[in-house]
Amino acid sequence: MVEILVLAEHVGDDVKKVTLELITLARRFGEPSVVWTGPGADGGQARCAEYGAARMYVADGTDFDDYVTAPAAELLAQLVGEKSPALVLVAGTAQGKEVAGRLAVKIDSGVLTDAVDLQPGDDGPVAEQSIFGGATIVHSRVRRGTPIVAMRPNAVAPEPETGAAEISPVSLAGEATGARVTNRVVAERSERPDLTEASIVVSGGRGTGGAEGFGIIEQLADALGAAVGASRAVTDAGWYPHQFQVGQTGKTVSPQLYMAIGISGAIQHRAGMQTSKTIIAVNKDPEAPIFELADFGVVGDLFKVVPQLLEEIGKRR
Amino acid sequence: MNIVVLVKQVPDTWAERKLKDADGTLDRASVDGLINELDEYAIEEGLQIAEAQRGAGADAEVTILTMGPEKAAESIRKALSMGADKAVHLLDDGLAGSDALSTSYAIAKVLEQTGFDLVISGSESTDARMGVMAAMLAERLGVPQVSLASKVEIDGTAIRIRRVSEDGYFEVESTLPAVISVVEKINEPRYPSFKGIMAAKKKPVQTMSLADAGIDPALVGLGGAATEVVDHAQRPPRQAGTVVKDEGDGGVKVAEFLAAQKFI
Repeated sequence: MVEILVLAEHVGDDVKKVTLELITLARRFGEPSVVWTGPGADGGQARCAEYGAARMYVADGTDFDDYVTAPAAELLAQLVGEKSPALVLVAGTAQGKEVAGRLAVKIDSGVLTDAVDLQPGDDGPVAEQSIFGGATIVHSRVRRGTPIVAMRPNAVAPEPETGAAEISPVSLAGEATGARVTNRVVAERSERPDLTEASIVVSGGRGTGGAEGFGIIEQLADALGAAVGASRAVTDAGWYPHQFQVGQTGKTVSPQLYMAIGISGAIQHRAGMQTSKTIIAVNKDPEAPIFELADFGVVGDLFKVVPQLLEEIGKRR
Repeated sequence: MNIVVLVKQVPDTWAERKLKDADGTLDRASVDGLINELDEYAIEEGLQIAEAQRGAGADAEVTILTMGPEKAAESIRKALSMGADKAVHLLDDGLAGSDALSTSYAIAKVLEQTGFDLVISGSESTDARMGVMAAMLAERLGVPQVSLASKVEIDGTAIRIRRVSEDGYFEVESTLPAVISVVEKINEPRYPSFKGIMAAKKKPVQTMSLADAGIDPALVGLGGAATEVVDHAQRPPRQAGTVVKDEGDGGVKVAEFLAAQKFI
């Protein structure tokens, strides 16, 4: 059976959810082979097996952490040459897309990014992309080389299926070069789920009125076990950190539930959340464009609606 | 220091953007074009680096490099009016329909001719949103990729940046020549001054064809692209949801909706 390479994203031995999504997706096309860079493979093996990985190519050198994207692309190119996979899947994160781009140049193959679905077609996999702020749906395919596809996190639901996830050590031919990472600074880690991977996202906009008012967004997110997002107006004004911005120039999210609180829904914001499955909006302006997208909307003052909602959630627990 | 800033003209994100029915390529004609917003940060960073170099007594020149149809000249003018010194416009009908892979090939060919110490791009374009160009160019040119920078420091031929990560940032070091990409957090792009606008009219813009740049026509355009659009359609409007006015029970209504959908 033909192999499908899946580049794992992981923090130590903790496999990121998007990787489980990719392994699940790979099963549509062949046997998933996970490509694991850096340490932690032994600890991550069980998780990969649980979602149907047939094997794991493990390169546990420190180069992958020490150098920016180039070694991962080099390793994938090596494996494409040796294993002739039908498809290479990576996570559609900023880093994943850069690896995909470098790999595309190395093996002269077409690359598609930000896919929200991938289906087998007569001439190879066909990716669905949602472009122009979600206004247009495009189906594209790779017509030269080994298709490389970066999938948007949350595009596919992970489904368990037992696999062997047999570990096979591999190593990078040649020395890693390029830009070297000398230090990593992790922002204060919250207990909240990762914004791009969360199944519920609660986002606040200009309507929160300031950093203090934004606190209510965090409260609601915590009550729902959700990630916190923010509109550009909020991050530009410094009410909430930049890495939480959802939209055209920020993160693109596709959760099961997206709650837009005090966000008018300018096209720049919609570009980052339009493919959410269910959308709820609270805004005091009945003409706000966000209501065109909302499955359920409340026209009203968020400082009245949200506290009442919090109370209701409390009662129902 | 030879600084080349990559500038792409894109359709206005506020306008209704479409793909052409015939070949699935972007309809650039029907929508106003402007500089990709994220490239403005790249231009500003290039200008600031050049100013710092000149301040330290070194030579520095900022060249704008744009690939695109004739009307992309408007964006080149704007970049020059911000303060860039000159521009190269890669302009050839044979480029239409190029994908990321073929675009990176074409731009790399031009960069081989212009030479560079530093290539600067925005983190992505607001139309295609792939975010791969800096990585692809670094790979093609065989130079370090110093991308997603929220802060750039240059000392001689050493370059050090803050690279934004999912949950913070990395400090990354390398040496010039290099390709960097910048995120919007990095600076506040200047507005062209009246003097800048007037000066831009006299600044040199070199137009290059495929032949001028030594680009193989078979490797670019729709024919040279490694990807293709199979079909495309306007997303059907989302089914109209329920919008209610808060009559003192708005929070309860939201809770009821969430409960009905099994979110709580």
